[in-house]
Amino acid sequence: MIRSHVLICGGTGCTSSGSAGLVTALEEELQAKGLQDEIKIVKTGCFGLCALGPVMIIYPEGTFYSRVTVGDIPEIVEEHLLKGRIVDRLVYNDAADEAANVTSLNDTAFYKKQHRVALRNCGVINPEIIDEYIAVDGYQALGKCLTEYSREDVIQILKDSGLRGRGGGGFPTATKWQFAYNSPSDQKYVVCNADEGDPGAFMDRSVLEGDPHAVLEAMAIAGYVIGANQGYIYVRAEYPIAVKRLQIAITQAREYGLLGKDIFGTGFDFDIDIRLGAGAFVCGEETALLTSIEGHRGEPRVRPPFPAVKGLFGQPTIINNVETYANIPQIILKGADWFASMGTEKSKGTKVFALGGKIVNTGLVEIPMGTTLREIVYEIGGGIPGGKKFKAAQTGGPSGGCIPASLIDTPVDYDSLIAIGSMMGSGGLIVMDEDNCMVDIAKFFLEFTVDESCGKCTPCRVGTRRMLEILEKITDGRGEDGDIEKLEELAKTIKATSLCGLGQTAPNPVLSTLRYFRDEYEAHIYEKRCPAGHCKKLARFTIDPAACKGCSACARKCPAGAISGEIKSPFTIDQNKCIKCGACIETCKFNAISKK
Amino acid sequence: MKSLAELAAIRDKMKDKVVLREGMTGTRVVVGMATCGISAGARPVLNTFVEEVSKENLTDSVTVTQTGCIGICQYEPVVEVFEPGKEKVTYVKMTPDKVKRVVAEHLKNGRVVSEYTIGNAQ
Repeated sequence: MIRSHVLICGGTGCTSSGSAGLVTALEEELQAKGLQDEIKIVKTGCFGLCALGPVMIIYPEGTFYSRVTVGDIPEIVEEHLLKGRIVDRLVYNDAADEAANVTSLNDTAFYKKQHRVALRNCGVINPEIIDEYIAVDGYQALGKCLTEYSREDVIQILKDSGLRGRGGGGFPTATKWQFAYNSPSDQKYVVCNADEGDPGAFMDRSVLEGDPHAVLEAMAIAGYVIGANQGYIYVRAEYPIAVKRLQIAITQAREYGLLGKDIFGTGFDFDIDIRLGAGAFVCGEETALLTSIEGHRGEPRVRPPFPAVKGLFGQPTIINNVETYANIPQIILKGADWFASMGTEKSKGTKVFALGGKIVNTGLVEIPMGTTLREIVYEIGGGIPGGKKFKAAQTGGPSGGCIPASLIDTPVDYDSLIAIGSMMGSGGLIVMDEDNCMVDIAKFFLEFTVDESCGKCTPCRVGTRRMLEILEKITDGRGEDGDIEKLEELAKTIKATSLCGLGQTAPNPVLSTLRYFRDEYEAHIYEKRCPAGHCKKLARFTIDPAACKGCSACARKCPAGAISGEIKSPFTIDQNKCIKCGACIETCKFNAISKK
Repeated sequence: MKSLAELAAIRDKMKDKVVLREGMTGTRVVVGMATCGISAGARPVLNTFVEEVSKENLTDSVTVTQTGCIGICQYEPVVEVFEPGKEKVTYVKMTPDKVKRVVAEHLKNGRVVSEYTIGNAQ
């Protein structure tokens, strides 16, 4: 009889920090202690606190252990599982609540403000066992739709719920489904966009790894509503764990008759196949994705016609993002009112964010729409490491923009973010502190889009390259009067004339950093100075004559021979010879050298 | 699977197996599992509790867990029952047979088995 469950995260983050080894070690230790019939090991999807991996939760106590190593296993088994004594040194110590070691996961500041809908089963069930999904009401929503609701009913429920696409655009899901429903055709398709490409975003991967059946169930519901009997999941080949779990889930669902012919004896047929993407960012754009599934080179095409009218193989197609699908079974089971009660007036429900950059709790969080950026960064995210100051956050990846510190109380929802020149995007949230140069950030994202532009249309192919060249000029200290204006003009043209979303949004990081941090651009151009001290070519190393003891340690260390002076009197750096390597700063024992 | 009834059957069968992960709710049964408790026979007591609670379909409302030394080693195996809003009940010198009675009378029907409690042992 099982009296305790040990949940070990098998997501990509914890797998790379060694969680698979923990499972083996724990199995062996339980055998050795004769506890194998009392304790159950459950390999789950992502818990969200990836920075602290590998993580482990022991129920029924709900004890949350972080950074567990194989060496810790005997102690956990002996102390916790056998004797019931919690191993304090491994318990996740909540940074925001240092007074007490919080032992239960749900009591931590990281989880308290979260509200998990799309992630509700991630880190709770074993994604490779369909029975566990069924135990938490899995496939009940599909059954309900097929037996109780008409196709129009389901669209109405989605409409009432206010669900909007979670992939970035925020288009109302019900409207999309209605269009596909209205388009007459013998053959229609349901597609899941799992080509998550924004740098720093990994929520779709975590849903697929932690709760793949939720996506399958929602796709079957979509098939029923629009009259499709074939679905495709387009997932990146770089997500091997997600692909494997999807394959297992599809096989198990077919065995149970939850995919295939005559589902629940209602005469409804639906099946799903996986298509692997080769990692081109543009294939996350819906028309390029469909072209890629068809077997062609992943290039976008002109819309309209939209996929709901003329999509995959020229047939009406619903294409939704992973997180959007993950919400749908819950909406069907708990009702549109329940979903619409969360969030803001125009952005209902919750949104998953991948926190990254200069933040303590790197990981995955799901919060009601309208939570402020301050709450996300300081309460859930645990603030900025090293006592540094918050400078800005980038949302929406290379298509989005930055939110400066002055707007940290902005509620995070679709419309508020657009109003301040950023966008929700798929949910990557990169935090920057005072050491980040905003011109460099814009350059980073533009480098990404230049790399990923498919080359089909000129504004995106050539225009983004020209913008990048200007940014490189500025960060190298060769910027000149008129560069900012040239950037703005190029940005305007690229946005207006590019073929698809990639090009139309590519200039956003530049425009939004220009909007909030124009002074940093100007400092680079006119004063040849990087205010954050990040741009190497603009850095100036100087010796404070008051603090310098004249020991000559730095002069001996300097590989360029740029430092000179007389022993026991202050030394100086020749700026023309200095290669900005920073070796002198590390050498000086008196902190007399500074970088500006 | 051809019907919703079959789906519901799987769900009901599996529900007990994942309910543990909802954390601690309702009544808490805590078995002292320090060295003294284990040597006095706390392991079979703990396992019987888990089995009986499941057999009586009480898993939604009762959580069985273990703890360290409660401090009254001469009375081990010691079991404490915490019910929300009520005084804690401490059972001493427990055996698997006594456990069955505690589950049937106390946990299921709310009648404390006073002859096993510490008050009676002292």
